[in-house]
Amino acid sequence: MAIRDYIRERFFPHIWCPGCGHGMVLNGLLRAIEKIGLDKNEIVMVSGIGCSARIAGYVDFHTMHTIHGRALAFATGIKMSRPELKLIVPMGDGDALAIGGNHFIHAARRNMDMTAIVMNNRVYGMTGGQYSPLSGYGTMSTTSPYSNIDHAFDVVELSVAAGASFVGRTTTYHAKQMADILGQAIIHKGFSVVEIMSQCPTCFGRQNRLGSAIDMLEHFKENTTPIGSKAKQKNPDLIERGIFVQKKMPEYCSEYEKIIERAMVTVHHRDRRGHREYN
Amino acid sequence: MEEPKLKELVINRDWCKGCGICVHFCPKKVLELDDNEKAFAKRPEDCICCKLCEFRCPDLAIEIISSRGTARRAPTKGLLL
Amino acid sequence: MNENLKFIQGNEVCVEAALYTGLDFFAGYPITPSTEIMEHMAKRLPKIGGKFLQMEDEIASLCAIIGASLTGHKVMTATSGPGFSLMQEALGYAIVAEIPCVIVNVQRGGSSTGIPTHVGQGDVMQARWGTHGDHAIIVMTASNHQDVFAITVDAFNLAETYRTPVILLFDEVVGHMRERIFIPKKGEIPLVERLRASVKRGVDFHPYLPREDGRLPISDFGGVNRHNVTGLAHDMWGFPSDNPQVVHGLIRHLVDKIQNNTHKIAKYKEYYLQDARTILISYGSAARSALHVVENRRSRGEKLGLLELQTLWPFPYYLVQEKCADAKYVVVVEMNMGQILQAVKVSVDRPERVFLANRIDGVFITPTDIRNILRLIEGKGV
Ligand SMILES: Cc1ncc(C[n+]2csc(CCOP(=O)(O)OP(=O)(O)O)c2C)c(N)n1
Ligand code: SF4
Ligand code: SF4
Ligand code: SF4
Ligand SMILES: [Mg+2]
Repeated sequence: MAIRDYIRERFFPHIWCPGCGHGMVLNGLLRAIEKIGLDKNEIVMVSGIGCSARIAGYVDFHTMHTIHGRALAFATGIKMSRPELKLIVPMGDGDALAIGGNHFIHAARRNMDMTAIVMNNRVYGMTGGQYSPLSGYGTMSTTSPYSNIDHAFDVVELSVAAGASFVGRTTTYHAKQMADILGQAIIHKGFSVVEIMSQCPTCFGRQNRLGSAIDMLEHFKENTTPIGSKAKQKNPDLIERGIFVQKKMPEYCSEYEKIIERAMVTVHHRDRRGHREYN
Repeated sequence: MEEPKLKELVINRDWCKGCGICVHFCPKKVLELDDNEKAFAKRPEDCICCKLCEFRCPDLAIEIISSRGTARRAPTKGLLL
Repeated sequence: MNENLKFIQGNEVCVEAALYTGLDFFAGYPITPSTEIMEHMAKRLPKIGGKFLQMEDEIASLCAIIGASLTGHKVMTATSGPGFSLMQEALGYAIVAEIPCVIVNVQRGGSSTGIPTHVGQGDVMQARWGTHGDHAIIVMTASNHQDVFAITVDAFNLAETYRTPVILLFDEVVGHMRERIFIPKKGEIPLVERLRASVKRGVDFHPYLPREDGRLPISDFGGVNRHNVTGLAHDMWGFPSDNPQVVHGLIRHLVDKIQNNTHKIAKYKEYYLQDARTILISYGSAARSALHVVENRRSRGEKLGLLELQTLWPFPYYLVQEKCADAKYVVVVEMNMGQILQAVKVSVDRPERVFLANRIDGVFITPTDIRNILRLIEGKGV
């Protein structure tokens, strides 16, 4: 299938600004899904609120555009009730880590099989450019007009600490790596996090004088490096790209199957002792 | 291995928003923006079918149709692509 | 002993009733005085292959059950005031996206953290208007365990019929009290199952185009029809739209499907209303004391009656008007500052004859409390 078969063409062109990185994430994600060969009926995409979240309307899967920050909680209910479905949860940086930060760490801890994608443009794009928990110290935004004194999370370190069993990072510039990491994250059995550094030329780019979308992509190219590269040793400020964690861990829905077995055995024992319990 | 050959470079003018990303990052400078700020293939004969333009377009507006099929068989390393 | 006869807490009755309807998914976060619902669910659900989740908070709990409902399951969550406050945004989402689910609020006393282990009925208006924007909502309650069972089953039936969240507004007294209950046999109470779309694979599917009767068949996530679900105003495909006509149509549909069916949704009980000169109107545990007063006075030949409301919203204005037409006094008995009182005053002619008998201190309103207030109203002094 061509990637066009995975989208709802009726709603294109999409609402994102010219050069917005979110469209590039959509592009890479579709390529990953096409490569794996998933059926459209087995995929559920759940998003929150933000420019990023609008991605759900454009893909021809079972899609749910929810409320700000809570996408992972909705996804948890869907996955738990139908474990055979593939859950993909794209979120903005504010969505995932400000208002949704608590759900994010708990989802990582539970290790339920789903793929969380953080479309990190370091800003609240949809509301017009306020700082996010990923903007970082010294950045400019409409709510940090004298420069930001909030420090940023490191999504990778946070996810690792919270217990995610797959953690990756890339940028929109690295389109092929993006599709590759997303594909591996989707295949991974457990909770996977992929941070994709994405450009918002309209807000973050303009406010921080980073130039056009093209300039911002050049910036991603120059300021990132593969994990463990020599370049990183020389210049510790470079941001590493690649897969940081990929490990086997008990998956939540599979573990719950054991709970069901245990509970049913309990019924059986009680039956024999004569204490009937109702199901 | 035989080099892929460009059969058609399709640009969806209704979807293209003229961001210029494809133009800037094309290794062969095949693409340009026209007067209406829409991408078009100025030098299709130079295209090496690397598909970087197709992969990076934020608006899903480019498709490279080459003699070796569509995106699925893009020449690349890595697990998936 | 009849094995369908039990002596249990109201919270457990609610669990029994939910399971009776075929519920197989629950998510929650502990909070007094509703926690027993969650604990019983944790024990019972895995035994029937159902799913139980303890989430990180009440927001996540409601979100999780909404998600599970979309895959075709009957779902529920349970909480009390503070948790119910947290749920308001997701509640609005379920209303707008038309996703069936049941939310239990076992009311505690007071606002904020209040008096967790004590009773109150202060969340009546929050249940009606807690989530932002124009909407309609179904809110049910009950005063004894047999009714808790019936009303809980009803809540699931209404959620499916109208594709909407339904709120069960119980209170601490009903939730914690132990009382006899007969669990009805399978099939004794009719159950409404989900109305599923019959559109074939590949046919253009309009998930938000209501049928002529106003009902919306649903297509489960994971099935052959893929569609978008959103809390934004949306068109018949479930795709965001700000077209004024589309938005207007959506709001009307959401409100009308419930308000226009008030007569079908409204459940109530009446005692001695026919010739009553004084009518008490009450609901939830407060109605127990009200009934006690009525029966007591009737035995002395006084013309008192009780209208016990089980559906609080949509409020049955017509019913209250009709029943109270000939009464000299109408006394609303509730454990708040007069939340249903307002609706009753709007319903009746001559609202100046409507009075409030209440308690707001976390202490259960007793028959004596009501009697004292009645004496004042009737001009007999204290
Ligand atoms: C509860 C709530 N608070 C605030 C908002 C307003 N709001 C909408 S999107 C957004 C931030 C979006 O930023 P991000 O998640 O980074 O996504 P982006 O738009 O940058 O892709 C906010 C604050 C909301 N919709 N809901
Ligand atoms: S405001 Fe920023 S994030 Fe939103 S669509 Fe425009 S470029 Fe993209
Ligand atoms: S990248 Fe896409 S949207 Fe941008 S100019 Fe090229 S074709 Fe147009
Ligand atoms: S396929 Fe490669 S060479 Fe050809 S136009 Fe696109 S970017 Fe340029
Ligand atoms: Mg953002």
